[in-house]
Amino acid sequence: MAALNELTIAEAGRKLDAGEISAQELTQDCLDAMAAARDMNAFVTETPEIALERAAASDARRASGDTVGPMDGIPVALKDLYCTEGVLTTASSHILDGFIPEYESTVSANLRDDGAIMLGKTNMDEFAMGSATVTSYYGPTKNPWTLDDGKDRVPGGSSGGSATAVAAHLGLAATGTDTGGSIRQPASFSGIVGMKPTYGRCSRWGLVAYASSLDQAGPMTKSVEDAAIMLQSMAGHDPKDTTSAPIDLPDFRAALTGDVRGLKVGIPKEYVIDGMPEEIGALWKQGAEMFRDAGAEIVDISLPHTSYALPTYYIISPAEASSNLARYDGVRFGLRVDGDSLDEMYANTRAEGFGTEVRRRIMIGTYVLSAGYYDAYYVKAQKVRTRIAQDFDAAFNDVDVILTPTAPSPAFAVGEKMDDPIAMYLNDVFTVPASLAGLPGVSVPAGLSAEGLPLGLQVIGRAFDEETMFRAAHVLERQAAFTAKPAGMRG
Amino acid sequence: MSLDTETVRRIAYLARVQIPEAELEPLAGELNNILGWIEQLSEVNTDDVEPMTSVADMDMYKRADAVTDGDCREAVLANAPDGKGAFFTVPKVVE
Repeated sequence: MAALNELTIAEAGRKLDAGEISAQELTQDCLDAMAAARDMNAFVTETPEIALERAAASDARRASGDTVGPMDGIPVALKDLYCTEGVLTTASSHILDGFIPEYESTVSANLRDDGAIMLGKTNMDEFAMGSATVTSYYGPTKNPWTLDDGKDRVPGGSSGGSATAVAAHLGLAATGTDTGGSIRQPASFSGIVGMKPTYGRCSRWGLVAYASSLDQAGPMTKSVEDAAIMLQSMAGHDPKDTTSAPIDLPDFRAALTGDVRGLKVGIPKEYVIDGMPEEIGALWKQGAEMFRDAGAEIVDISLPHTSYALPTYYIISPAEASSNLARYDGVRFGLRVDGDSLDEMYANTRAEGFGTEVRRRIMIGTYVLSAGYYDAYYVKAQKVRTRIAQDFDAAFNDVDVILTPTAPSPAFAVGEKMDDPIAMYLNDVFTVPASLAGLPGVSVPAGLSAEGLPLGLQVIGRAFDEETMFRAAHVLERQAAFTAKPAGMRG
Repeated sequence: MSLDTETVRRIAYLARVQIPEAELEPLAGELNNILGWIEQLSEVNTDDVEPMTSVADMDMYKRADAVTDGDCREAVLANAPDGKGAFFTVPKVVE
């Protein structure tokens, strides 16, 4: 039998239910895999004692017939952006040195209450600002996918530690967060499924804030079915977050009917961009063919403001970040660097505590919100954001889901794209538009690049229609039949 | 619009981030590159378009106006880097 950490949530759930395995055995295999893979730097903090304690509690519940659902006994990794009670939470930033929350984020509390087992906190780009997990104060995370050139590949970002944890089977699944693509792009780079729900589906309470009008929690998993199972636990209305939608959850797993006959799949012509490798365009075409073969109808659509999404995002997200990150003042939590006056203490603390990219975005954000520039930059970006959302509204009059590539390239080497911020920003060219419109999107591994690195395709759905998006993604997953494994992990 | 080092110094002060003198000019260059790239938004016609302030098409959920939290001074102070007794501390601000 394969090691238990290689199971999916659905498979492990069946074995747990059948009494073939225990949550403690399952958890121990994950902890062993984590210990053997420390050079990948997927975790900032490992929590083996908590994991084994919760696993024992899960086994005890199961023994007495009190199992609380399909996540009970499932070991998962949490991105280090989720505040966890009594466990160091850093957002991979120096400025949160020693921060041990007194409370649990709503989403991780939902998972905990449903019996999921926390394995540890995963590495990420500092404050979720990045697309490669290279801006972490704790150093870069490695992608388990490698080539023969001896260079380490990035796992994508910002949820890169979570992506590696899932791709390398260090956990059965992981949580991520997605502001402009931070779940979907690393999923594409790492050959896993990564799903960003509709804005408002998951509570943001207890997530370290980056850009509040965009941030969403979501699952990173080995299959679409697992993403549906895990989202069911994570999502739901939370009175502590006024932007959390006060609507009932559908049964996401039940939406996976395997049938897309008559479904209309939109192909937006503006997602053909300059400089995109031919193989990504080819994979996108194959994806459309897979849907057609399964009985769906392919419809050409237009999203005219697509090319303006990234510059819009790089006004709105830094503006919100500069405001959110004002809380790091050296007074209430985290790092403090002394100074002769209060202002000097603030400025010294924030200079030492924030990394280069975070500082850059705070500066941009402060500038676009400053007197005299607010209308020209920030309000203008909010208006273009409306146009981008209107594009999607119009398209969804004609189609049920939209199919695009997830990222414009496969995983690149650690160290590349470091000197040019805009080149790094372009990683999110296909994920940012749906983020700005608040729509759900999921990346499904669909093929390999010529060199042998995974590539994902993205399915975008209507707001609060994750069911149709999941149904389509599930069929795409079946048709693509992606079974490739990283070189070091082929049995 | 182009940032000079004086403007970068002013933004750094507004953001309360200490930037060494020697880094002001390179930072101005980086920020100008990004702002230059963002400039393309001026091509978009946004006459009569409402700025988006909330992506969700719903009324904001409002909870009952009741006290739901409190009595947690120790928890609030637990992470203070220089807490003393029941207080956060800061450098002296009143002479």
